[in-house]
Amino acid sequence: MQEEMKMIYLAVPLVCLIPAIVAGLFGRKIGRIGAHTVTILGVGLAFFLSCYVYMDVMDGNTFNGTVYVWGISGGFPFEVGFLIDSLTASMMVIVTFVSWMVHIYTIGYMHDDPGYQRFFSYISLFTFSMLMLVMSNNFLQLFFGWEAVGLVSYLLIGFWYTRDTAIYANLKAFLVNRVGDFGFLIGIAAIYATFGSVDYSAVFASAPSLVDETIEIIPGTSWNMMTFICIMLFIGAMGKSAQVPLHVWLPDSMEGPTPISALIHAATMVTAGIFMVARTSPLFELSETALSVVLVIGALTAFFMALLGLVQNDIKRVVAYSTLSQLGYMTVALGASGYAVAIFHLGTHAFFKALLFLGAGSVIIAMHHEQDMRKMGGLRKLMPWTYATAVIGSLALAGIPPFAGFFSKDLIIESVHASTIPGSGFAYVAVLAGVAITAFYSFRLLFMTFHGKPRMDEHTLHHVKESPWVVVVPLVLLAIPSVLAGFMFMEPMAFSNYFEGVIYVSEEHDVLGAIGSIYEGKTGFSLVMAFMLHGMVALPFWLAVGGILLAWLFYIKKPELPGKVVDSVKPLYNVLVNKYGFDDFNQTVFANGTVKIGKFMSEYGDRRLIDGFFVNGTARVVEAFSRFLKPLQSGLVYQYAFAMILGLLGLMTWFLRVAQG
Amino acid sequence: MMNLDTNLLSLAIWTPIVGGMLVLATGNDKKASMARVLALIVSLITFAITIPLYTRFDVATADMQFIEMVSWIPAFNINYALGIDGIALLLILLTSFTTIIVVISAWQVIQQNVAQYMAAFLIMEGMMIGVFSALDAMLFYVFWEGMLIPMFLIIGIWGGPNRIYASIKFFLYTLLGSLLMLVSLIYLYYQSGGSFSIADFQAVRIPLEAQILIFLAFFAAFAVKIPMFPVHTWLPDAHVEAPTGGSVVLAAIMLKMGAYGFIRFNLPVTPDASRELDWFIITLSLIAIVYIALVALVQSDMKKLIAYSSISHMGFVTLGLFVFNKMAIEGAIIQMISHGFISAAMFLCVGVLYDRVHSRQIKDYGGVANTMPTFAAFMMLFAMANAGLPGTSGFVGEFLVILGVFQVNAWYAILAATSLILGAAYTLWMYKRVIFGSIANDNVSTLKDVNSREILILVLLAATVLVMGLWPAPFLDVIHTSVDKLLLQTSIVKM
Repeated sequence: MQEEMKMIYLAVPLVCLIPAIVAGLFGRKIGRIGAHTVTILGVGLAFFLSCYVYMDVMDGNTFNGTVYVWGISGGFPFEVGFLIDSLTASMMVIVTFVSWMVHIYTIGYMHDDPGYQRFFSYISLFTFSMLMLVMSNNFLQLFFGWEAVGLVSYLLIGFWYTRDTAIYANLKAFLVNRVGDFGFLIGIAAIYATFGSVDYSAVFASAPSLVDETIEIIPGTSWNMMTFICIMLFIGAMGKSAQVPLHVWLPDSMEGPTPISALIHAATMVTAGIFMVARTSPLFELSETALSVVLVIGALTAFFMALLGLVQNDIKRVVAYSTLSQLGYMTVALGASGYAVAIFHLGTHAFFKALLFLGAGSVIIAMHHEQDMRKMGGLRKLMPWTYATAVIGSLALAGIPPFAGFFSKDLIIESVHASTIPGSGFAYVAVLAGVAITAFYSFRLLFMTFHGKPRMDEHTLHHVKESPWVVVVPLVLLAIPSVLAGFMFMEPMAFSNYFEGVIYVSEEHDVLGAIGSIYEGKTGFSLVMAFMLHGMVALPFWLAVGGILLAWLFYIKKPELPGKVVDSVKPLYNVLVNKYGFDDFNQTVFANGTVKIGKFMSEYGDRRLIDGFFVNGTARVVEAFSRFLKPLQSGLVYQYAFAMILGLLGLMTWFLRVAQG
Repeated sequence: MMNLDTNLLSLAIWTPIVGGMLVLATGNDKKASMARVLALIVSLITFAITIPLYTRFDVATADMQFIEMVSWIPAFNINYALGIDGIALLLILLTSFTTIIVVISAWQVIQQNVAQYMAAFLIMEGMMIGVFSALDAMLFYVFWEGMLIPMFLIIGIWGGPNRIYASIKFFLYTLLGSLLMLVSLIYLYYQSGGSFSIADFQAVRIPLEAQILIFLAFFAAFAVKIPMFPVHTWLPDAHVEAPTGGSVVLAAIMLKMGAYGFIRFNLPVTPDASRELDWFIITLSLIAIVYIALVALVQSDMKKLIAYSSISHMGFVTLGLFVFNKMAIEGAIIQMISHGFISAAMFLCVGVLYDRVHSRQIKDYGGVANTMPTFAAFMMLFAMANAGLPGTSGFVGEFLVILGVFQVNAWYAILAATSLILGAAYTLWMYKRVIFGSIANDNVSTLKDVNSREILILVLLAATVLVMGLWPAPFLDVIHTSVDKLLLQTSIVKM
């Protein structure tokens, strides 16, 4: 039985990898239909196998074992292996499901693209990488998956490689992620130096006993080793999960085709950081400082990135900034030790965010690749399916009960409220304010796109029609969990022993336990109802409703209002439009600055000092010296004789005066 | 009488040298195709000879294996002594593999003096294998100096417009170092009571002051070869002027000679001096990793950029060797082998473009992916390997070195790990400007994608890079005991 399950675990990533290779290498031979058939079958199979694994884990069968030994070094065997538990299984189901929907949707979206086969190859490879990441049982393989998703995102963002903006964005994404990976790698090195292992089980088992280890990074100051490790790991998470200030790559990743935006933003890549912190909870729990850093960074991201969503006119960018903000919420949950809630929100968010992105893509197809919402409007009747699913997605994002986002987001807010970790007061205010802003911009998007009068030109309007079924079916299939996932999974994930033995929370940080005690004795439907009733009399719900009403006022009732508001707060508006200046700062200081330093060193260090002064300088000195000596070799005998006499006299003088005297 | 079983190393050395002579005997370019085929056969046979070295290698012992010993110059007790450990084994395999690649890559590109070109590489191959398998210091020295000659000719004859400056710079630089090494070897000969055996050198006791002088003399020879900052400036010039095959051998194998010298001489012969001067090597290594990466970033010539990237990557090797940690040393050795494959691949990629457009300047390209999609895919893989992506061989060495070095000093690891960012920056920025974008000019629009011969080379290298990245165990397994022995030797107090 164990062996059979092991084969199934192995099969899940492989049925994504093999079709990716086939579509990538033999794309021309198997054609478009061949390429999408193998990859969709592969990922679909991966989804069903993941569901099977999930059920098996729910029955209590977990697994932690080696697939093969990657290499032995320094006496330590680095291995490739799987750890299958509730966290892994949940991630597998989410990743493969969203990816499968994206695969199907891609048939419609990329229909006319010459790189069709290549695209399918990449997105299957993306799924494989993410599966390797979540299924790993050690930090090395985690890093492998970590960088592999970075690679595939690089390929996908730059998919249209003739566009300057796309190849700028993909390089930027890769480099910013590498900054995070730099921290992550140092974190892994610190883990190995401290624990002598990179296997999760060994590291987590000995972590409590090594809690007082210190490291001296700046001479004279000693830092707690756990804090150092956790912060380094979190820097990695900041890169992948796009937390301030390493968030800059995510909005630009919109340069890729829409299906990959859905994949990156919902299921793969950005969730990696959240997953990793949840996975390493036994370490993070040992450092309150690290948790505090996580909490504050998350809160900053949740609030300030939400604000940016207000001023975007590109439909995809609105959704992109909402992803940043929602990732901030998940990070806040991690910082408050509500790891289970973070994963819960990761799941619900994956469904409704993929839905919103694919919905946006559906609109973009209908609008002939116009993405500016100011040129849309009134699409409600023309695209009923897209509209209906977009409404569901928006309600879920805004956190209106009983949609999925309500449960997870409310739990995050409650967790922060209950948390005593330094910074939780600030974080609580930030996530509360974020709720109103989120509701506002998501309904701004809905109203500007689907309501009001059509603002596109006659020609476009004439051609707008509902997207084909390959696009609509994934929307519907994603809308279902966007409604249901919240109340179905709240109790098991947040209030039961779902993550027992997987996620570790110390007693004094147990915020979920505190929240759970309010609903003591309630289970199933009554718990859900009690939670909803409690939520509907609490502040976040009314903030969300307020945000929606304000959006209605601004974009339906009085469309002239937004312009007036913008005029009255012009400086603030400009700050938001410039994205707080992060991009300009990075470009000027880091990108251009590094190139300037490089130019200086190349010119003055290598070319002038080493080559010019020392190397060629030596040659010139030798040349000058020999030029000076050359006349001595004149070939004239009387000169030589004269020199000999002089020498003889000199020697005699020395002999008589010095040697004998 | 040669015994095939016990004379494998001699066969590996002399087959390409004798074969090279035969190729030379085909004469002028009228028989060029015969020279090509013959060269390919010789390189394949040599590779086949080196395979049993791996399959019959005993991983359990740290002793030298496949030993051969014949007295050569009895008056000075100089012997023709050969033998290898795991480290030399990997380098010999790298050499024989790379030579095949070089021969195939020159197939159409070299049209003048074909026989001489092929012969130069084959003879050089034999000498390089000789360097890696010599157990006698004089024999080592003879091969060491001997291999300079073919390389000098390769750059000087088949090189670019500034080839004379480059080849003389290359020659003088390396010769200066070698002469100091010779002085040390002679000193050690007297110290060891009249032996040139490297093993005797490693056993002889030497006072610290003398050790430091010997260390520095060897350092001069090996640092130039690697090359380490600040004696690296000959390398970009040599690469730029060298023909593609010359660059490949230079980067893939010749640079490794320096690191191999550190492993054979500096660390075991002068362990106290090595420990005394570790800060010196570590500092230079870290400068190489960071400073050279920054210099690489701004190069406008593709070959120069890759040359600088080589220096930066070799910084990991010297860093790993001088922290006296097993994982770091193993990482350093893996990095040597991996860098051989990756730099060879990168130079071949530039060669593919150069053969078509006759420019190495980045600005002359742009949008190559439009006309050469297959080539773009291969180069993507190698660029990522150069940037140290996990799953490629480029990751393994850097990862192990960083993990090993962190155990000694966190700051070394932090500085070294900046290559994660800088390496990606210079490699992918170049890739972006050359491969991505819309078609930049007429040259690019008429490019033909790689032909089957080029694909063959790229596939061979790609497969190696991937296998080594996904499963480095076969490479690591053969060096464990050798590294243990090296670590033991470096820990001995010999003063």
